[in-house]
This record gives sequence, C-alpha cells and structure tokens, in this order.
Amino acid sequence: MEALRHYFRLHRNNCVDAVARIIRQPFASSLTILVIAIALALPAGLRVAVNNADAVSESWQGAADFTVYLKLDVTTDAARRTARTIEARDDVAAVALVDRDAALAEFRAKSGFGEALDALDANPLPHALVVRPESGVAADVEALASAIGKLPEADVVQVDTAWVARLRAMLALAGRLVDFATVVLGLAVTIVVGNTIRLEINSRSVEIEVTKLVGGTDGFIRRPFLYLGFCYGLAGALVAALVVALGLLLLDAPVRAVAALYGSGFALRGLSLIETGVLLAGGALLGWAGAGLAAARHLRAIEPK
Amino acid sequence: MIRFENVSKRYPNGREALSGVSFNMERGDFVFLTGPSGAGKSTLLKLIALIERPTRGTVLVNNQNLARISRRRIPAFRQRLGVVFQDHKLLYDRSVFDNVALPLVIAGASRRETEKRVRAALDQVGLRGRESHAPITLSTGEQQRVGIARAVAPRPDVLIADEPTGNLDPELSLEIMELFTRFNEVGVTLLIATHDLELIERLPHRRLKLVGGQMSGDKKRGRA
Repeated sequence: MEALRHYFRLHRNNCVDAVARIIRQPFASSLTILVIAIALALPAGLRVAVNNADAVSESWQGAADFTVYLKLDVTTDAARRTARTIEARDDVAAVALVDRDAALAEFRAKSGFGEALDALDANPLPHALVVRPESGVAADVEALASAIGKLPEADVVQVDTAWVARLRAMLALAGRLVDFATVVLGLAVTIVVGNTIRLEINSRSVEIEVTKLVGGTDGFIRRPFLYLGFCYGLAGALVAALVVALGLLLLDAPVRAVAALYGSGFALRGLSLIETGVLLAGGALLGWAGAGLAAARHLRAIEPK
Repeated sequence: MIRFENVSKRYPNGREALSGVSFNMERGDFVFLTGPSGAGKSTLLKLIALIERPTRGTVLVNNQNLARISRRRIPAFRQRLGVVFQDHKLLYDRSVFDNVALPLVIAGASRRETEKRVRAALDQVGLRGRESHAPITLSTGEQQRVGIARAVAPRPDVLIADEPTGNLDPELSLEIMELFTRFNEVGVTLLIATHDLELIERLPHRRLKLVGGQMSGDKKRGRA
C-alpha cells in the first residue's frame, strides 16, 4: 500500500515537474509545441474536411433518384397507372408523379417565361415520374432505369447519378490520403519530441549521472523524460484541436451562406468528442513514444565516470 | 566487508591503474587509502561503486562478488552503498533537502520517513535548518557536508569517499574526519581515499598505501 502510494507520488511529481519545465522555458517550449500542433492539426483538419464532404454527399443520396419523362400523349390516368406499375416493383422504393399541368403552372410562376408560354397552343411538358430506387448502387440504378425505359409509356429516362458515384470514390481516396498523412505526420511528431528530449537529456547529464550514482534505476531516470514527452504531445494536440476549432469558426459563416444559396441547411461539423479524445490521446501517446525512443537511445550513454 | 583479490584494472587506453591489488576490510573498519596522485586510489573506489569493472581479479562487497552483479542490478547495489565525492556532485537546481532526499526517494521511502531521515542526516553534518537553501549559496565545506548527508541518509553499511577533504582547509578537514569517525562508531564501514597525510597522521586508523597501482603498505593502528 505504502509502495503504491510512493509510486503514485513519484508519478505526480514527475508530471508536475514536466509541466514546470515546459513553463520555465516558454520560448523553446512553445516552438516545440507549435511544431507538434501543426503536424497534428493538418491531418485533423483534413479529416474534418473529408467528414464534411461525406456529410454533404450523403445529403445528395436523393440524387440516386431518376426522372422518367412519359410520352406527350399519355393521359393523366395512364400516367397514374404507370406510376403504380413501377411502384409495385421490388427494386423501387417510391414513385412520385409530376403532373404536366402542375409542372407548367410551377414553371410559369417561377421561370419568368409566363408570357412566352401563353404564346404556345398546348402544354409542352409531359407527365414525369420521379423514381427512387431501393438500392443506391450505380449498377442497380442503371438496370432499373433501362428496364423502365422499355415501358411503352416511357419516352426519356434521365439518370444523373454517375457524378455522385465519382465524388464518393474520390472522397474515399481522399480519406485514404488523410490516413497516410496522419501516419507520416504522427511519425514527425515522434521525431520532433524525440529530438527535444534528446537535447533535454544532454542538458541534464549531470543530474542523470548523479542519480545513477546514488542508485537510480533506469526506470526512475527515464520517467521524468517520458512525462516531458507526454506533456509536449498533449499540449501540441490541445493547440491542434484549438487550431481546427478556430478554422471551423472562421469558415462557418461563409459555408452557411453558400449552403443557403443552394437551399440547404448544411452547417460545418467539427471534431466529435470521440475524435477530439483520439487527437489528444494520440498526441500524448506519440510524445511519450518519441521520448521513450530518445531515452532508450541516449540515457545509457550517460554513465558515471 | 570489502575484499580485493589480486585485482588489476587496465583502461582501454592501455594504462594499468591497478595491478594485483589484494586487501580485506572487516565490518566496522575505518580505513584510509593513501598514495600520490595517479596511484590508483580513485580507480579502486570506482571498482567498489561498480563505476568500473576490474580487468582481472575479484572484488567482494558484503560477501557479494561484484562480477556477478549485472548492469540491471547495479542500482540496487548502489542504494546500499554511500559514496562521497571530492566535487560533491550535488544538483544545483534543487534545494539542500531535495539533494539529500534523492537516494531516499529512489529507494521508495515514505514522505514522513524521508523527511525524518533528511533532517537527521543534516543534523549529523551540522546543517540543521538549511533544508530549503540552494547548494550554491553554501560554502565548499558546507556543500561537502550536504554530499556526506546524502551518502549517509539511507543508512548504508559501507561508505566510501574520494578525497572528501580535497578542497577544504585543515580545520574543516578535521571536522569532516570527525564526522566520519562518528559514523564509524555506529557501525558503518568506511574507506576514505586521501592524500592529506598530515591529517590522517592525527587519526588512529588503518592505512592502505597505493603506489603506481600496487599495494605498497598496510599499517594497522589503533583498534583494527
């Protein structure tokens, strides 16, 4: 019990000491922390960007819908029957009929071509069916569209999902690239912390030597440096989280404005609680690892003479 | 308590610091190690503290063959050995208290135990009440006494010292030696390297003399 208390007291002291050391050299420490923060903010920010693009493309899931323009001579009753026929298919989730008269009225009201339309003898618009397929997979949608296109009432089928599929594929690629950047920049954090700890070990060689002389174990000597690396990593991750939050704050208003133009209520999503946790834990862990590598490499070299 | 059997030490640069040194010290002995500079006194002490390893021969401390102590077990061995250095080897970014407490913290003593022992050790060396001072504000003699307090705070069985009075005037030197004598009276085994012959002439302890890395004299005097 006493041994456990002693152990925790040592760890607490190491932790307090590490923070004190960082504060005591504000300039050098903030440079190190900033470098770590940049290396962490980059993948974190890219991750947020990809997440948001994913969210946007998801709201376009409706783009798998396609439009079937019926022949001009199809009556309203025939159009309703066709709609029911199509809706009965297993691979169709929903069918909406756009009545040609309603469509014309809407077009007249919204397009500003009202007078030009008056010059026409008859309604030039056909009945249209908006079909929502059960499956969003491009191949399934294509198959369904071509099947419906063969119906005698159908004139033109307009599928417009290819670009959504392409966008999704590119987002998946971007996600992979962010993963790669995360690994590379994580390695950079380890190296930056490792180098900082190496310098710290060199500047504290007398302390290390004396501690070894009075019986300090490798673990006892290593621990303050591990805590220092841990604190550097954690501080860098905190600053990175702030940088990402600040960036989102600056982009929020313009993004809302653009979304409003497209009639969307889309708003930027920041790092979730879990993602923030992963960022902080990851930063601290990388700092710890960097310090561990430096300690393993350089502490042994300092022996009493 | 300390036993050397035909010990030689040759440094990588080819210099043979010790050749065929043998001696034996019993528990509770107080022995001076003398000889001119470069005679091998420091090397002999370094072999005891496992700072160096002998090239040939056997060193036993407390019936333990030091050759059998692996690198990993050196800390545990050093925790039971008190070492005093000529240059004190204090940590100047810490208080006197923290310096003396260091070996106790390493050994895992409780806070109360640590405070008690640090105070007792500082009391013994006449620095009671200086716990919060920075070592740099103390005189050389006082710094040396902080170093001694650190060495004795964990109550080691064996205390070795390399020229502990090297930088001190005769009066302070005698004070330090009296301090060592008091530790010896409570059963600590001491081996003190010094070239201050004038000083040790006034003390009744056994003397080992090294010349050119070889044992050239072993005078047992007083209570041996």
